[in-house]
Amino acid sequence: MAQQMTGARMVVQALKDQGVDVVFGYPGGAVLPIYDEIFQDQGIKHILVRHEQGAAHAAEGYARSTGKPGVVLVTSGPGATNAVTGITDALMDSIPMVVLSGQVPTFMIGSDAFQEADTVGITRPCSKHNWLVKETDALAQTIHQAFHVATSGRPGPVLVDIPKDVQFATGTYVGPTEARASHYQPKVKGDTEMITALVEALETAERPIFYTGGGVINSGTLASQLLREWVEATGFPITSTLMGLGAYPASGKNWLGMLGMHGLYEANMAMHGCDLMINIGARFDDRITGRIADFSPHSRKAHIDIDPSSINKVIRTDFPIVGDVAHVLEDALRIWKSRGRKVNKSALKKWWAQIEEWKQVRCLTYKNSDSVIKPQHALERLEALTRGHDRYICTDVGQHQMWAAQFLGFDAPNRWMTSGGLGTMGYGLPASIGVQVAHPDSLVINVAGDASFMMNLQEMGTARQYDLPVKQFILNNERLGMVRQWQELLHGERYSHSWSEALPDFVKLAEAFGAKGFMVSDPKDLDDAIMEMIEYDGPVIFDCLVEKHENCFPMIPSGEPHNNMLLGDASTKDAIGTKGAVLV
Amino acid sequence: MSPLNIEKGSSKHSAYDLRNPNAEVIETHTLAVVVDNEAGVLARVIGLFSGRGYNIESLTVAEVDHLGHRSRITIVTTGTPEVIEQIKAQLGRLVPVHKVQDLTTEGPSVERELALLKVSGTGDKRVEALRLADIFRANAVDSTLESFVFSIAGSPEKIDAFIELMRPLGLVETARTGVAALTRGAN
Ligand SMILES: Cc1cc2nc3c(=O)[nH]c(=O)nc-3n(C[C@H](O)[C@H](O)[C@H](O)COP(=O)(O)OP(=O)(O)OC[C@H]3O[C@@H](n4cnc5c(N)ncnc54)[C@H](O)[C@@H]3O)c2cc1C
Ligand SMILES: Cc1ncc(C[n+]2csc(CCOP(=O)(O)OP(=O)(O)O)c2C)c(N)n1
Repeated sequence: MAQQMTGARMVVQALKDQGVDVVFGYPGGAVLPIYDEIFQDQGIKHILVRHEQGAAHAAEGYARSTGKPGVVLVTSGPGATNAVTGITDALMDSIPMVVLSGQVPTFMIGSDAFQEADTVGITRPCSKHNWLVKETDALAQTIHQAFHVATSGRPGPVLVDIPKDVQFATGTYVGPTEARASHYQPKVKGDTEMITALVEALETAERPIFYTGGGVINSGTLASQLLREWVEATGFPITSTLMGLGAYPASGKNWLGMLGMHGLYEANMAMHGCDLMINIGARFDDRITGRIADFSPHSRKAHIDIDPSSINKVIRTDFPIVGDVAHVLEDALRIWKSRGRKVNKSALKKWWAQIEEWKQVRCLTYKNSDSVIKPQHALERLEALTRGHDRYICTDVGQHQMWAAQFLGFDAPNRWMTSGGLGTMGYGLPASIGVQVAHPDSLVINVAGDASFMMNLQEMGTARQYDLPVKQFILNNERLGMVRQWQELLHGERYSHSWSEALPDFVKLAEAFGAKGFMVSDPKDLDDAIMEMIEYDGPVIFDCLVEKHENCFPMIPSGEPHNNMLLGDASTKDAIGTKGAVLV
Repeated sequence: MSPLNIEKGSSKHSAYDLRNPNAEVIETHTLAVVVDNEAGVLARVIGLFSGRGYNIESLTVAEVDHLGHRSRITIVTTGTPEVIEQIKAQLGRLVPVHKVQDLTTEGPSVERELALLKVSGTGDKRVEALRLADIFRANAVDSTLESFVFSIAGSPEKIDAFIELMRPLGLVETARTGVAALTRGAN
């Protein structure tokens, strides 16, 4: 199918041949030829964002909720630099993304030309790989290669920088099948001997735990299915990182909840006390390990990860298994079954009894109120009223994000979009737009903080333009809540610049954007307002005024071990059972 | 506070009992990295080292397979065994990297470096410089009445020693290529 065409045409053709149905972008001088092709070709849907950071986050939301790579198109210079935060976010969270950026013509590169930036240099450390294409003949090959790299092995963002003269010039197009095969072929199958060693350890383990992460989601739905099968069959407890929520259902009987800095007491205690830890697609992030020297000191540790550099990076592993989660789980299950499906039943019973005791601490307890909306309560109500829906949840970054992880339950993968590794405030709204584009008929909610929402609120315009009925559920504490909490706990309540002054009237703001606004401050009105929000067919800003100085617990203070958790209200045992206390 | 009362050290396999944070040795390793000879590949490798805080003691790079567009980067680096492992894994995940070889651990290897030294002086010092150069099998590749440029090839240690000897004899300037290394044997 070798054809002659312009570079700009090749871009559109390559995207179509890669099965891309939507591109998030923003035009400018250096990508005008590509935009001209998009104009003439109806095959690709283009979503015009309001800021290139929004394009990148929207592509992340699209990618995370579909398992397909997200595609971004930006112009040179400021277009590309604006996308950098989103690219870095995708790198940290292993999100497959292909960014196409325009560049000044090849003969002007290096001359400080108008809107010239060294995009490949700037994005080299924050992308999985990037290319500057200097010849039209190499363009199609490079774009196909870009998709291959973005989606193979540990997924991540890649960038293809395309000078304007390369877009104008004519060259030979190659399709994905004729494109040269890449030598980049990460290993997906795990080492059978090591998997067998893990299975052996699992058969006798007295206090085992599955610790799962974003890698299960990355691996695809089959990985989640196999994980569920293994967990049910072994009867082992399972916890997950923030990034892995939904791989095992929150309603599953072996679910301990999220672990880590703001994870559940039972999950963290079980991690600390286990004798066999089976890490599946998680990366021993510092929000998980706390003080390294005291991290789960008496366990043997297995680590299944497709990226060899994740293994032994932070925590030394006894059973290192490099491979794709689904492939490894398939082998592990087969081997375990063929050896007679053994587990140490009597020890497991004791282990569960211990876990039950930890659960009795009821670490998510908070004091509810009749007069102000507690953020936890708002989320419990949101959960109760939306659970049955075909629902996708995004978040921004801060306390609300952690409460969302604690109080919302995910029964399927790809339903939870959050910025974990980079922790990018302003992620949620554009991400929700990307999700809604991919799932036009689903209920897409962004649980936001007031400060985070302010960071990318211009994207309400995008939501309105494309009739994307995204629901922005703002837990408005008029504070940079998470920062304020740290200042309270670590800096003697010196609240240095951690409040949101001069917030806009969010209802009026919604109206100004042609969306619907709600403002709720009385707990009594909450349910009705949430129902109205769900039923409203269009974008919504829901301004939920909540308790201003609520703290998010449990919390493992930075650098502390797992068994040293601050429990807040739950630690005052008296608080449990008193009037208004809500147990979860 | 652990309610489990697990005895310390009850699992021999836990890495924590094996690792003594005070006894971490800093090792020097020579890595050979075969890469696609494409634009920016060196920046990628160097950026990895600076971005992640690894050390580069020496680095050489040149195309070794013209038809296949492959270059070989030889890096001498230092770090704890854990860090060296990470460096190798991080290099291995760069897309244009084909192979990472640790010549320090993968059996015996040979390391060679070339250096040029300008030594100026007259009289006894000049005679002594020439005599030492002879012992070290360094060649005078340029000479004037009051200077020599010596060319010396050999292991980095040999070159270090030669430089130290030349210092008091009027060493003016040194240029070193950095290390090139290969494993010994047929494969
Ligand atoms: C304010 C704030 C608070 C936070 N608090 C917490 C907290 O309390 N608890 C918590 O868990 N997190 C928390 N986080 C998130 C945290 O920073 C990390 O992002 C998160 O813990 C990392 O999740 P993960 O280990 O699952 O790794 P991910 O970042 O999802 O990485 C996935 C891993 O799986 C591997 N992988 C990818 N694809 C595959 C595949 N196909 N097969 C095998 N392996 C694969 C990758 O190589 C990588 O090692 C917080 C973030 C913020 C912003
Ligand atoms: C872009 C960016 N800047 C700064 C931070 C540091 N930060 C983390 S949480 C937070 C406060 C978030 O406030 P808000 O969005 O209102 O959420 P809340 O914590 O109040 O729920 C800040 C400033 C960040 N994560 N991202």
